[in-house]
Amino acid sequence: MLNLLWTDYLIFGLVLGMAVMVFNVRRKRHSHRPWQKVFDSRVGVVSLSVLLFFLLIGLLDSSRINYQIQSDAENSSQQVEVLSVLDIILTPMRTQVEKTYSKPFAHTAYAKEMVDGEAGETHWAYPRLAYAGSHLAEPELEKRGDIISKGFAGLLYGGLLWLALLSLVLFSSKNCSYRASSKGKKTVLLSLLVMFCVIGIVSQWVPYYHVLGTDKVGEDVLYQAIKSIRTGLIIGVITTIVMLPIAISLGLLAGFFRGWVDDVIQYLYTTLSSIPGVLLIAAAILMAQVYMANNPDLFTTVEERADMRLLLLCLILGMTSWTGLCRLLRAETLKIREMDYVLAAQAAGVSRLKILKQHILPNVMHLVMITLVLDFSGLVLAEAVLSYINIGVDPSSYSWGNMINSSRLEMARDPIVWWSLVAAFIFMFSLVLAANLFADVVRDAFDPRETS
Amino acid sequence: MISYIIRRLLYVLPVLVGVNILTFVLFFVVNTPDDMARMQLGDKYITQTAVDNWKQQRGYDLPLLWNDKKQGIEQLKQTIFFEKSVGLFVFDFGLSDNGRDIVADISQRMWPSLAIAIPSLIFGVLSNITFALLLIFYRGSYLEPAGLFLCIALMSISGLFYIIAGQFFIGKLLALTPISGYAPGMDAFKFIILPVLIGVVGGLGSGVRWYRTLFLEESAKDYVRTAKAKGLSDLQVLFKHVLKNAMIPILTGIVVILPLLFMGSLITESFFGIPGLGSYTIDAISSQDFAIVRAMVFLGSFLYIMGLLLTDISYTWVDPRVRLS
Repeated sequence: MLNLLWTDYLIFGLVLGMAVMVFNVRRKRHSHRPWQKVFDSRVGVVSLSVLLFFLLIGLLDSSRINYQIQSDAENSSQQVEVLSVLDIILTPMRTQVEKTYSKPFAHTAYAKEMVDGEAGETHWAYPRLAYAGSHLAEPELEKRGDIISKGFAGLLYGGLLWLALLSLVLFSSKNCSYRASSKGKKTVLLSLLVMFCVIGIVSQWVPYYHVLGTDKVGEDVLYQAIKSIRTGLIIGVITTIVMLPIAISLGLLAGFFRGWVDDVIQYLYTTLSSIPGVLLIAAAILMAQVYMANNPDLFTTVEERADMRLLLLCLILGMTSWTGLCRLLRAETLKIREMDYVLAAQAAGVSRLKILKQHILPNVMHLVMITLVLDFSGLVLAEAVLSYINIGVDPSSYSWGNMINSSRLEMARDPIVWWSLVAAFIFMFSLVLAANLFADVVRDAFDPRETS
Repeated sequence: MISYIIRRLLYVLPVLVGVNILTFVLFFVVNTPDDMARMQLGDKYITQTAVDNWKQQRGYDLPLLWNDKKQGIEQLKQTIFFEKSVGLFVFDFGLSDNGRDIVADISQRMWPSLAIAIPSLIFGVLSNITFALLLIFYRGSYLEPAGLFLCIALMSISGLFYIIAGQFFIGKLLALTPISGYAPGMDAFKFIILPVLIGVVGGLGSGVRWYRTLFLEESAKDYVRTAKAKGLSDLQVLFKHVLKNAMIPILTGIVVILPLLFMGSLITESFFGIPGLGSYTIDAISSQDFAIVRAMVFLGSFLYIMGLLLTDISYTWVDPRVRLS
C-alpha cells in the first residue's frame, strides 16, 4: 500500500517527465548530436551513471509504503509503520541503534563506563556495543581478519553480479538500435564494476559493523548519509521545476513582445534579484515558521510538517533563482526574433504563439539545459548552508546540512567525533562533483559557440 | 553623464519601492503582528493584553494599510506600512525588536565586516588571476586538464568544509591563529588571517574558471594572433595584451560587488565570531527580530542596485568605446 508525501509525487512526476524527454530526444534525429557528444565523453558517462545511481537511491527512498512490523513474540500485535523501500533494504542499519557515539568499525563504545565484570565486580572500561562486532568472541584478535574476509566476500558478490549484468548486456546489445559508442560503453561498464564492488563490500559489513560509526543517539551515520540523498536531490530538482515555467515564459515574452511587457518583466526581476537571496529565503522561512507554529493542526505527523517545509523551501528557492535564467532567455530571444527564419515565418502569417513555440523555444533550449545542470550543484551546496542558519530543511529530517550542523559542536570533544562531518562532506562532495562534471560536459556539448 | 546618473537614480526608486512592498507583504500581511507577538512571547495561552502591549511597544498597533479613525492624509500616514516603510528610504531604520538603535548598530558593525571582506576580495582576485594565467600559459599541456579538474573539485566542496577544516587544522592542531574571535584596532590582524585565507581558498575553484574563460575569449581574438605573428613571446602577449584587455570585464565584475562588501559574509562571520553585519543578520534571523531583518533586506537591495549603477559608470571609465546615452 503506497503512502506518499507531496514531494514524493513531485519527484516521481519529474522522473516521468524526464522519461518523456528522453523518448522525444530519441525520436528526433537532429537532437541526437549533442547527446551523442555527452555519451562519447568519458567524464560525461561516468558522472551521469553516478548521478543516476544517486537518483535511484532517491527514488527508492521516495517509495513509501505501509510496512507491517512484527513486534515481540509474546504480543503478536502487528504494527503498521510508513517506511520507504530504501528503509526496508537498509533494515540492519536502521534498527541496530547503539547507545551513543562509536567510531567507524568500533566494537566498543566511544567513552569509558562502569562495566560489570564476570565476578560481579564493576570496573572502568570501554563497554562492548550492543550490535557492532557482537558476533566476535575476541574482537581485539578477530576483528581485522573478519573485516577483511567479509570485504573480500562482498567484492566477490559484487564482481559476480557485474558479470551477470555484463553477459546480459552483451546478449541484448545485438538488437539495440541506438547505441553508445564502444568507448562510452566500456566506461559505463567499468564504473558499474566499481559501484557494484563498493556496494557488495559495504553490504557485507553493514549487518556486523557501523561502517561510518554512530552519532550522539547511536544512529548509524552511513544510514543518515544515505537517507540525506533524497533531501539533496529534492532541493536540487524540485526547485528547478518551480523555476522553469516562470523563467521560460517570462523570458520569452519579454524578449519577443518588447515594449511595456519587457519593462514590467525587467522591473520584476530587477526587484527580486536585488534582494539578497539568503535574506529573502530567511524572511520567507521565518514567516512560514510563524504560520506553522500558529496552525499546528494542519499537519498530522512530524514527517508531513517536515515535508511541507521542504516543499516550501524549494518554492522559495525557485522564486529567488528564476531571475538569472530569465535574463539569459530574454537576451537570447531578442537576438533570435531578428533572425531571418523568424522574420520569414512572420511574413508568412504564422501566429505569434506558434512562432514562440516552434521557432524560438527550441532554439533557446540549450540555455535552459545548461542552466538546469549548473544550478543543481549550487542548490545542493546551498541546502547545507541554509540548514546551518536554521532556515533550511526541518531539523527532524535527514539532510547533510543537518548532519554537519549537529556534529559541528562535537569537533571540540577529545577525542574528536569526526565521522559524522566527514561522512556528510564526502556524500555531498561526490554528488556535487558528479553534477559539476556532468554540467561541464553538457555545456560543451550544447553550447553552439563550442561546436567547431 | 550627470543626467544619465540622475536618470538611473530615479530608476532605482521604483525598484526600492517594489522591494519594500514585497518585504511588507512577507512580514506583515502573510502573518499579522498578532501572530508575531504570539511567536515572540512564546506562549500559546497568552492573554490579549500582553499581545497588545507587545504591539504597542514596537508600534505595530496601527492598522496595516488604511486607518479609518483618522482624517485626510493621516488616514494613510497612521499605518504600519507608512511608519515602517518610509523611514527606510531615508535610512532611518528605527529600533530593533529588543529596543536597540539599528542605525547605530550597523555603523558600528560594518567595520569588522569590511576588515574581512576587503582583504578577501583583493587577495582572492589576485590569486584567481594568477592561477588563471598559469592555466592559460600551460594550455595544451597535461597541466591544463589537471588544473581544470582541480578547479571543479574545489568548487564541489561545501564552503562549510573549508571553514571547519581550516579552523580545525590551522586553528586547533597547528595553533597558528586563534580559532575565532575579534579585537578592535591593530589587534584584529591575527583574527583576520584565517577567515581571509579560507575565503580566498573557498573561492578559488569558481574564480579561476571564470577568469580563465575571460582570458580564453580574449586570446582567441585577432590582435593576439597579430602580436604572436610579429614575434612577441607568449609571456609578453599574455601580460601586455591579453591581461590588459581582459581587465575591462574583470574591473567591472569587481565593481558590482563593491557595495555589497558592507553586508559581510553571513557564514564566515558567524563561524569566526566576528561582530560584523553578517553575524548581525544571522543573529536577527535566529532570534526572529523582524525589524533588523527588514532593515538588512532594504540595505542589501539598495547596495546591490548601487553596484549595478557603479558598473555602468565604470564601463565608460575603463572602456572608451562605451558611451552612455
